[in-house]
Amino acid sequence: MNTWHSLISLLPFEWTQFGFMRTALLAVLIVSPLFALMGTLVVNNRMAFFSDAIGHASLTGVGLGVLLGLADPLWALVAFALILGVGIIALQRFTRSAMDTVISLSMSFSIALGVVLLSQGGNFNKFTHYLIGDLLSITPGEVGQLLVTSVLVGGALLFAYNRILLIGLNESLARSRGMSAWWTQMLFCTAIVMVVTMNLRWVGILIVNSMLIVPAAGARNIAKNARQYVFYAVGIALFSGVAGLIASFYTNTATGATIVLVAMACFVVTLGIKAARHRWAGEWPSGTRIIG
Amino acid sequence: MEPQLDHHKGLARHVCGECCTKIEGIGVTLSGNRVLENVSLHLHCGELTTLVGPNGAGKSTLLRTLLGELPHSGRIHFLPVFGHGRQDAPAIGYVPQQLEFDRFSPISVQDAFSSALSRWPVVLWHSRRDRNTAREALAAVHAEHLIGRKLGELSGGELQRVLLALSLTPVPNLLLLDEPVSGIDLPGREMFYRTVSELRRQFDLAILMVSHDLTGVTAVSDRIVFLNRRIVCSGTPAEVIANPEVRRTFGLDLVIPTPTRP
Repeated sequence: MNTWHSLISLLPFEWTQFGFMRTALLAVLIVSPLFALMGTLVVNNRMAFFSDAIGHASLTGVGLGVLLGLADPLWALVAFALILGVGIIALQRFTRSAMDTVISLSMSFSIALGVVLLSQGGNFNKFTHYLIGDLLSITPGEVGQLLVTSVLVGGALLFAYNRILLIGLNESLARSRGMSAWWTQMLFCTAIVMVVTMNLRWVGILIVNSMLIVPAAGARNIAKNARQYVFYAVGIALFSGVAGLIASFYTNTATGATIVLVAMACFVVTLGIKAARHRWAGEWPSGTRIIG
Repeated sequence: MEPQLDHHKGLARHVCGECCTKIEGIGVTLSGNRVLENVSLHLHCGELTTLVGPNGAGKSTLLRTLLGELPHSGRIHFLPVFGHGRQDAPAIGYVPQQLEFDRFSPISVQDAFSSALSRWPVVLWHSRRDRNTAREALAAVHAEHLIGRKLGELSGGELQRVLLALSLTPVPNLLLLDEPVSGIDLPGREMFYRTVSELRRQFDLAILMVSHDLTGVTAVSDRIVFLNRRIVCSGTPAEVIANPEVRRTFGLDLVIPTPTRP
């Protein structure tokens, strides 16, 4: 940790002179690749709305934690998000209803419950930092925790990547090859919950999902296979993470949101590259879907 | 192991013509509707059995039941012919009717193979073994040139050939094809049927194929089963085509009037 700090402070920039910036930079370098890796699967498997619901459910988790009198509501948050995630998948499977309806229902329920719990006694303002997040307040000890959970979740994701990919491609096909869709989905759901809840305090409920989706959506525009897909997504996530952090220092804005704006700019660039490639190849049929 | 399995010993990869899969008295009810009723069918190695019937006859339901996706009454008995694959969970190759997938997903043909064959994450690199296996499997269906292409960029016929190659790696005990050629032009169809026909002999496969295209499959099928919730008739192509109900359903007796000059 000390080596990290002395190394970064050697850089000839103003922001490198602040300890909190150096710690935050380390956090960004740890979580960005994980967000990107997970995002590629979330987008492929059309789970973007699902991960959004998990983020919003965290509000209720915080409320429950406060209600139970926990000093740190993190565990209540993880538990509630996990229950909701498993609940959504189980409900969708057993009732065979449309996924978006089930998610919408659970999200309405959990947000309403969260707001009711947290607004009790008119104290909602105390919790707004969960909505926006504050990356700059992260401590070196917390970065250590983040590193451990990121390595664990990242390892599990890589281990299950092929299965999740094939199930996302076509479930019957994966099943015919002896893969259990249920268990794979459960593992994936747990991983999403871990990533979203562990980073909630630094990124904020409102934009945690953008951190997952935007780099992957951008990479999808220019990638031709799974390896390029993840490679570009990680690249976009790292670039926008570092650039957004530094920009937020000079503009004095919320870090998470600034990172997402940079990532959105990257997305627009990939869109341009995609359009240019099509024009190059001489194909530009009317009605072509550009965003994919 | 039950005694009746003995005739398969040492016979793997030779045409044995014996039963590989026994379906006994299968019934399926989906949301209150009886979709399949008392269906009994024996599938033989090295034979192509084609399932025909009108829309809503339960053809795809029967395949999904064999894949273990639907609750059913009756018994399905798989015989582990090739050694791998257990009796309750045999190796089944499956080619879906029309692969419903996101055509914009950046997944290459090689990615699909590697992710199905091994646990080594496709995002890192493909092992030499996975690359060789994929190339050989694709060569068997005359599609090795497609290995680096994105799945979403393949034509209907190309995609079905890639899926066929995938379903044959590793060689399954039973191959299920759900209307594999719907939406494919005539040359693509003929190529697909020819490939399936070659593979059946080469790998001594039991194949169950669902088809709408009765006239197209008579030449390649060993047996045809006419299904309409229950089995209406089954036998050699010649026998089934002679059946009056089959002729009525497929309009085989219709005579196209030739225009005459006044």
